[in-house]
Amino acid sequence: MQEILQYIFSGLTTGAIYAVIALGLSMLYSSTELINFSHGEFVMLGAMGIVTLWVHMALPLAVAFFLTVACVACTGLLFERLAIRTAGNAGHIELVIITVGASIFLRGVGMVIWGKDPFSVPPFLGHDSIEIAGAALLPQSVFIVIAALVLAGGIHFFLKRTLTGKAMIACAVNKKAAWLSGIPSSTMAVTAFVISTGTGAAAGVFIAPITMSSYDMGTMLGLKGFCAAMIGGLGSLWGAFAGGLLLGLLESLGAGLLSSGFKDAIAFVLLLLILYIRPGGIFAARDAKRF
Amino acid sequence: MRKTAGKVQDGTAVEGGIGMLNHMNPPHMNPIDNRKHRVGAGAPGSFLLRYMLPALLICLMTMAAWADETYKIGGIFSATGPASFLGDPEQKSMEMMIEQINAAGGIDGRMLQAVIYDSEGDPAKAVSAVNKLLHKDKVIAIIGPSTTPTTLAIINFVERAKVPLISCAAGIAITTPVKPWVFKTAQSDLLAVAAVYQHMQARGIKKISILTVANAFGESGRNQLLDQAAKFNIEVIQSESFGPKDTDMTAQLTKIKSASPDAVVCWGTNPGPAVVARNVKQLRMEIPLYQSHGVASPKFIELAGDASEGIILPTGKILVTSLLQDNDPQKSILEKYETDYMEKYKANVSGFGGYAYDAVNLLAKALKGSGGDREKIRSSLESIGNHMGVSGEFNFSREDHNGLSSDAFVMVEIKNGTWKLIK
Repeated sequence: MQEILQYIFSGLTTGAIYAVIALGLSMLYSSTELINFSHGEFVMLGAMGIVTLWVHMALPLAVAFFLTVACVACTGLLFERLAIRTAGNAGHIELVIITVGASIFLRGVGMVIWGKDPFSVPPFLGHDSIEIAGAALLPQSVFIVIAALVLAGGIHFFLKRTLTGKAMIACAVNKKAAWLSGIPSSTMAVTAFVISTGTGAAAGVFIAPITMSSYDMGTMLGLKGFCAAMIGGLGSLWGAFAGGLLLGLLESLGAGLLSSGFKDAIAFVLLLLILYIRPGGIFAARDAKRF
Repeated sequence: MRKTAGKVQDGTAVEGGIGMLNHMNPPHMNPIDNRKHRVGAGAPGSFLLRYMLPALLICLMTMAAWADETYKIGGIFSATGPASFLGDPEQKSMEMMIEQINAAGGIDGRMLQAVIYDSEGDPAKAVSAVNKLLHKDKVIAIIGPSTTPTTLAIINFVERAKVPLISCAAGIAITTPVKPWVFKTAQSDLLAVAAVYQHMQARGIKKISILTVANAFGESGRNQLLDQAAKFNIEVIQSESFGPKDTDMTAQLTKIKSASPDAVVCWGTNPGPAVVARNVKQLRMEIPLYQSHGVASPKFIELAGDASEGIILPTGKILVTSLLQDNDPQKSILEKYETDYMEKYKANVSGFGGYAYDAVNLLAKALKGSGGDREKIRSSLESIGNHMGVSGEFNFSREDHNGLSSDAFVMVEIKNGTWKLIK
């Protein structure tokens, strides 16, 4: 019983990481209908930013956090301006391929700036694990879950309750119609990118103490985050959140109860099953687009 | 305007050409040459062709003549790419050694010349590099590649061409079974596992769980751990794995904890093992944790932080040079390598660079008196014995083309954020 509880805690730890990454992906999809495969690299930039500003330059944590998020969001803005906007009326596939290219580019830049060695970041709240009924949980994991909840709540509020957010969704539903009714669709797209990459950077900052940061951490995390977003249903924020936790739990229960060799296989077979039964994901409002 | 400019330029190009052909004529007799002063752009071009080209040719010819006097040695290293932590120091060490040997007068009066290619850790690129070395550069021996997959990819080529290869990779498949032309200087996993098991036996550890990374390094370690266990009366009760980029291993460790083994062995390269170390502390596991030589670098202590306390691992002696006793025959060699490398590259040495350092030294020994004959080089490599290198004492023989014993490893424990030698 104690072990099961520990597996659940482990699952929540990894799941919260996937969830907080999936959020940014899902948010961008719900406002631009674009899947950004370089999202993992923006998470990496966030983690590396906190390494540089907090660990190496010893700025106060809050300052380092906001500076990192601001810098990475600016990179996101540049990315939209220079790579996505210039593609003009390219189709979905072309844009997705552009994001894949951007991910390779950003990884290369990360390698040149920070080198190939991984870095460690101390946890924000103490090293000691909390013990609940004989199972251990790191305070940082709790922190990540809370951060994911706050981010999801914040984005949800922004999209559903503010005019800019509603305009953003309008652009995603029908760009031309939104433009005709006076919504500056290009400004909306750039705002969506800034928020999404900023969320990615925040995710990177929160997960850095658990994952260790290196230039190539983004690829796998981005992929797992994408899976989490798919399970939950792309475009649904709470779906992304739940999908992340579910993927983490499946992995850790699979590793613990069956075999660690099949950990990823178990999780991905279940992912396929879920998508087979509900192609749009668990929380999908509408059917997912097929590329 | 543009068109006119183009025409003028075209004209000069032709003039330059004609000028070249007619360069035997005295300049004042040649109307075309006189016009050249009017259109200035043509002058430098023809000057280049007239005087520089012969000079260049002469230079090339002298270089070719000089090259005949040298021994050409090939190098293939993963200087960039994911395995650059191996290839980069290896390439630097090789260049440094060649320079030192040449400064001391070369071998039998002949200079060494290194031709080094980057494999980027990719077997396909290693194959194209080996073909260039064998057919274009015509080297007499090759050092490298840095990784096991790249080495295995080129073995057939050097065997067929009968060129000695001294690999810097660790996989035992390289020299087992023995191939006549293939040697290696890196310690095998086999020896690291033996060193770990010897230490466990001395501590009375009987039941262990192993946790290995799901890549070539971890797989090879896992096979060795399982194969050699019986020989040391050790039982492996669990074998778990983790992905190279996994961020949390508490699930596997919880499973291990519930089986209560005497010790845990983790086999991987950074950053996974650092996460394992942290998770072990997080779960408050009180059993000893052994790591592999794959994390034997100060980076591991930095990554794992407090969680690295008490971890035991095998390592080449280079990591603990200053802790070795003064009568250790390897100490002076290690110190020399460290100071030389530090002076030249302003960077700390790693055991990896040592593989190439040893390879060049062994090759230099074998080259002496060979006159560049490849078969002679090969047979004298095979007969090298008691050669003290950075990685250990080499005793090559017909049956052993690695030549190291488990003495090549020492066991260290991490205490107060630094290494402590276990006697």
